[in-house]
Amino acid sequence: MCTVCGCGGAGASIGGAGWSKAARAKGGATRAWKTVTPAHDHEHSHGPAPEAAAAGEDTHLHAGHRHLHFGVGPAHAHAPGLTQSQMVKIERDILGKNDASAEANRKWLAARGIFALNLVSSPGSGKTALLVRTLTELAGRVPAAVIEGDQQTEFDAERIRATGVPALQINTGKGCHLDADMVARSLAQLELADDSLLLIENVGNLVCPAAFDLGEAHKVAILSVTEGEDKPLKYPDMFAAAALMLLNKVDLLPHLTFDVERAIGYARRVNPAIEVIRTSSTSGEGIDEWLAWLERGMAKARGARAAAMQRDLSARKPDAVRAEPVDALPAPLDELAANGPVR
Amino acid sequence: MHEMALAESVRGIVEDAATAQGAKRVKTVVLEIGELASVEVEALRFCLDAVLRDSLADGAAIRIEPVAGAGWCPACDRGVPLVQRYDSCPHCDGYQVRPTGGTEMRVKEIEVE
Ligand SMILES: Nc1nc2c(ncn2[C@@H]2O[C@H](COP(=O)(O)OP(=O)(O)OP(=O)(O)O)[C@@H](O)[C@H]2O)c(=O)[nH]1
Ligand SMILES: [Mg+2]
Ligand SMILES: [Zn+2]
Repeated sequence: MCTVCGCGGAGASIGGAGWSKAARAKGGATRAWKTVTPAHDHEHSHGPAPEAAAAGEDTHLHAGHRHLHFGVGPAHAHAPGLTQSQMVKIERDILGKNDASAEANRKWLAARGIFALNLVSSPGSGKTALLVRTLTELAGRVPAAVIEGDQQTEFDAERIRATGVPALQINTGKGCHLDADMVARSLAQLELADDSLLLIENVGNLVCPAAFDLGEAHKVAILSVTEGEDKPLKYPDMFAAAALMLLNKVDLLPHLTFDVERAIGYARRVNPAIEVIRTSSTSGEGIDEWLAWLERGMAKARGARAAAMQRDLSARKPDAVRAEPVDALPAPLDELAANGPVR
Repeated sequence: MHEMALAESVRGIVEDAATAQGAKRVKTVVLEIGELASVEVEALRFCLDAVLRDSLADGAAIRIEPVAGAGWCPACDRGVPLVQRYDSCPHCDGYQVRPTGGTEMRVKEIEVE
């Protein structure tokens, strides 16, 4: 257990019931993954096979025994006749594996024109309330799905499902952030429509989620006015990583001494390019502006997919195009659709 | 931040490399951690100590090489030293400085036998 943030070590699970698999032991703990209870009432046939999930885990071998320690003398020091020691260059980013997995998610999402957002904030800033309000306003107009990250409980996913939108709950156990691999597994289980909206509510935590790319188009940082205007300076990484800050619960401003301009100024100090919208799920203020921002992002994702398909089609030989039904997906997209994110 | 998750990634990288080398044991792990990377080095050591137990790198010496922070101020059009990620420019006091060095978190090398 990490004394700083409580990351790691404990069990994480996706959704409710189903198979579970003990993965490799980490520092004595076990991380188990479970498949989801479908959010809707038909059977799923496309969940990841346990083997596929296992391949996603580290499968390398361990020395299964405890070592005696022979001290940690100077590097390269060894007595003649004993095993030679050698330095091996590695030069690998510590977060490289997460970044690669996030990039695969991003490609998979782009191929289907899905606009994905990673909502990050401290606990209780109003993420779920905002999602509920957003999905209610979008009802029917836009196909959407939600991934909910919390350490424990299905509460937030249930609040989303009450709006009629499918939601997948990831419980991270003691983990304090979602990672790209959790999202990859979720993508394989949610039935995401092409050109749809995917909203990922990260674990309430202003620190750790900043470092873990999930493959989203943008991070959206939510700061509620009850938290104090200094948060962007106290937790700069999160605001630096976000494209948009929602200054939330503005209906409470009359009761507080919160200085809106100062808060926005602090956010722009760590991220000069950050966009800001003032919102309230309670009063509805700013919700139209937020919906318009979403629509612009979705239009961009749709446009990029259409352009990629066009490029792909024109790159083919004319006779190959003619030989195929007009509505068939180009091969690379078909492959992605059938196999999910490539690992 | 999230030092336990970082420690687990380090373990994965070190074990992959050591296994590929056919190593019996990892004696030293050398990390490069930038000064702007928001990593608590002492917390990372603490987590590595726990996470590397029962791995090929159980008991390995952990050497952490810091990398100094550096930035670029677009207003002044010049490189500037950067001690904290969101500090202002020492020349113009502007907050536009973008980090150009010191954000890395890397497993540099390992000593195996
Ligand atoms: N006044 C006011 N209260 C709000 C608003 N949005 C959310 N709340 C309240 O804030 C509390 C937390 O809201 P949630 O939506 O659960 O917040 P969250 O960020 O999803 O919380 P976690 O998932 O636990 O991190 C609830 O009591 C909400 O009713 C708002 O716009 N105005
Ligand atoms: Mg919530
Ligand atoms: Zn300057």
